[in-house]
Amino acid sequence: MFYGTELQSRLMLGTAQYPSPQILSEAIAASGTEVITVSLRREGREGGAFREILKGAGRRILPNTAGCHTVKEAVTTAHMARELFGTPWIKLEVIGHADTLQPDPFALVEAARILCMEGFEVFPYTTEDLILGEKLIEAGCRVLMPWGAPIGSGQGLRNIEGLRTMRAHFPGMPLVIDAGIGAPSQAAQAMEMGFDAVLLNTAVAKALDPVAMARAFSGAVAAGLEAHRAGLMPRRDMAAASTPLFGMASLA
Amino acid sequence: MRIDLNGERVTTAAATLAALVEERGHDAASVATALDGAFVPRGLRGAALLEDGARVEILSPMQGG
Repeated sequence: MFYGTELQSRLMLGTAQYPSPQILSEAIAASGTEVITVSLRREGREGGAFREILKGAGRRILPNTAGCHTVKEAVTTAHMARELFGTPWIKLEVIGHADTLQPDPFALVEAARILCMEGFEVFPYTTEDLILGEKLIEAGCRVLMPWGAPIGSGQGLRNIEGLRTMRAHFPGMPLVIDAGIGAPSQAAQAMEMGFDAVLLNTAVAKALDPVAMARAFSGAVAAGLEAHRAGLMPRRDMAAASTPLFGMASLA
Repeated sequence: MRIDLNGERVTTAAATLAALVEERGHDAASVATALDGAFVPRGLRGAALLEDGARVEILSPMQGG
């Protein structure tokens, strides 16, 4: 599934912006997630406490290159992350625009190619662009992470038809909706459409009750996955009676 | 000598990156390092010589999405 790793929970959770370390720990537990994302920043006073949380959480770590705007920054950050976390996994973000936080597709492909050649297992934060997806796969990526909407916007799946096309275009390729999810219903929708997982952060961290929201997302993602496997009914333009007419009493 | 450490000008007596990590009180295994924009693996910090004006980054795990 994800570079040979099967996950029971299809919810991946970011660790930023929680009201407190305690709530972060509880939210991770309540979400049932098996993968949490973390970043690298200049060593500060809180570094030690966060390391303890990571150790206590016992989840697989997906380090990111958040905030990197160039190939060099992203590749160097990936190297530092691999040493620090002892994992070849890297969530590759190469940001092209400070306002939209949308990926720079050209730098993304170049960084992905370098990192894949160096043995990294790259999770590229990308758009729903099909050619870009193909180039990332050519570069060696075996997972794609299209955005639902701009990071932190909570808009959900902003281009549903584009994402549907992407899902159909890359059968068998693990696709993770990363960023923009604001509500559990949106996460369920992504899973119903056949995406393999959902990665989110702000929607849980900024909820009034992050722990309860983590639980809500866990249920929604599981429901969406089960619904996809069960096979959704085809959509119809017209009504179709679900109760049989045969045996209807004559009461007129 | 004066170097740039995590974006701040500091004075250090450390001659190598390994010595600097120790001087600043960091657990060597809990941080990742870069010198002048290039990653320096843990095992090579002892051989990474610091010069006046060197730009050093010492990073650790932080919350991220």
